[in-house]
Amino acid sequence: MNSTVATGTEEKTWGGGNKPLKASYGKMMMWFFIVSDALTFSAFLAAYGFSRFKFVNEWPIADEVFTHVPFLHGQELPMIYVAFMTFVLIMSSVTMVLAVDAGHRMNKAKVTIYMFLTIIGGAIFVGSQAWEWATFIQGDYGAVQTKGGNILQFGKNVTEDGVEKFKRVSIEDLAIPIADVRVEHDRSNGLWFREEATLPPYSVNEIYAGLVANENVLVRTQLLDENGHKTILSREESLKQIKENGKLVVKGANLQVNEYGTSLFADFFFFITGFHGFHVLSGVVLNIIIFFNVVLGTYERRGSYEMVEKVGLYWHFVDLVWVFVFTFFYLV
Amino acid sequence: MAHEHKLEIFRGLVKFKSNTSKIWGVLIFLTIVTIIEVVLGIYKPDMFMHTWITPFEGGFFATLGNIILSPFVYMKPLNLIFIVLTIIKAYYIAWDFMHLRDETGSFRKMIVWTGVFLICYLAFILLQEGGYVFDVYNGEDSLIKRDF
Repeated sequence: MNSTVATGTEEKTWGGGNKPLKASYGKMMMWFFIVSDALTFSAFLAAYGFSRFKFVNEWPIADEVFTHVPFLHGQELPMIYVAFMTFVLIMSSVTMVLAVDAGHRMNKAKVTIYMFLTIIGGAIFVGSQAWEWATFIQGDYGAVQTKGGNILQFGKNVTEDGVEKFKRVSIEDLAIPIADVRVEHDRSNGLWFREEATLPPYSVNEIYAGLVANENVLVRTQLLDENGHKTILSREESLKQIKENGKLVVKGANLQVNEYGTSLFADFFFFITGFHGFHVLSGVVLNIIIFFNVVLGTYERRGSYEMVEKVGLYWHFVDLVWVFVFTFFYLV
Repeated sequence: MAHEHKLEIFRGLVKFKSNTSKIWGVLIFLTIVTIIEVVLGIYKPDMFMHTWITPFEGGFFATLGNIILSPFVYMKPLNLIFIVLTIIKAYYIAWDFMHLRDETGSFRKMIVWTGVFLICYLAFILLQEGGYVFDVYNGEDSLIKRDF
C-alpha cells in the first residue's frame, strides 16, 4: 500500500514509505507472524512425535479411530472424511488465491465472489471438524481401562468374504446389567458431598459377566506386533485380564481417558486439531471483515487490494498447517 | 497495478498462460498428491510396510551409515512417502498460493530457511528424546512397569 501522507522525506532511505525487499510493511509482518506461528504448530507436532515415540509400540492406529463419515452410519470408511476436509480446505485456498489475483486486476466483483466462496469453504471445514470432534468424544465401541492405565478392547474373529478378521464388539452388546450398581451421587443425597462427574455407562463386573457369557469374544490389548497389528489375547488370558486388572469402563474420549488407547492420543488430538480449528475460525472472521470491506469499496477507494493478499497469506498458512496435521495425525 | 508472476512450475517443465490457469494447475497437482496419499493410506501396500534396509551392524562406519540413511533404515517406506509428499504439497502451497515464487530471493530465504532450520532442530531433539524415553521404559533393566 502506498503511503498517502506526504511528509517530504519519502525519498530518503530511512524516511518511511520504503519497501525493503520489495515487500510492504504489512505483508512482511504477516510473513514473520506466519513463521512464528509455524514454530508453535511444529512444537505441537514435535511434542506429538515425542509422545508417540515414547509409546511407539502401543500407539493407536488412526485408521481404526477415524472411520466415520456423516450419513453413512455403521460403515467403516477410514480417511474418507478427513480427505474430504483436506480437499475443502485446499479448495478454499484456491478461491482465496483467485480473489488475490482478481484484486491485482482491481476487479471488485470477482474479489467479492471469491472471498465469499472462501468463507463458505472455511465454514464447511470448521463444521466438519466439529463433527469429527463430536464423533471422537462420543466414542465407538468402548473399552476397559486397567489399573496400569492401559486400554483393553473387545472383539471376535469372524469370517467375512472368505477372510478371517477381528471384528470389534461394543460394550453395549457385551454388558449384562447387574442390579446393584452404584448410582451417581448428586447434590440432594449428601451433606458434604456435592456431586460427582458422570459415572461410566457400565461397571467392570457387568462387562466381565458379558465376557463370560459370550464365549467367542476376545480381548485386544494396545501392544502392536511386528506386523503393526494390535495383540489379541487368548480366551483364558482375556477373562483373566478383565477380572484381575479391569478398573474402569471407558466410552469415548476426554482429556483424562479415552477408549482408543493411551490418554495422550486424545490429548494431542484435542490440542492440535483444536488449535488448528481455532486458527481456521479466526481466519473465517478475518475473511468476513475483509469481505465487507471489499463490498463497501474500501479497497477500491484505496486503490489497492493488498489487504486481501495479507489475509490470504494467513488463510493459506492455515491450509499449509492442515497438510502437516493430516499427514502426522491421520496418515503416518 | 502491475504484478509480475512467474508462470512456470516443475522447473519450467509446465508453463501456464495466465496466473489463473496456474492456480488451477497447482490445484490439480495438489489434488492428485492428496488422492495418492489417501489411496496408499487405505490400502497400505505390503511392499511399503517393512523397511527395505536393515540396520548395519558393526563398528563406527555402520553407525555412521545408520545415521546418514536413517530415513531408510528406521522408517517404514510408506511413512517416508507420506512425509515426502507432504513436503511437496507444502512447497507448492507456499510457492504458488502464497506467492513466495514472486518475492525477492532474499526475502524468501529469510522466511523459509529460518523456519526450516528451527523446525528440523525441534523435531530432531524431541524425537531423539522420545526414543530415549521409550528405551528407559522398555529396556531390559527398566524399573518401570506399566502393564498391570
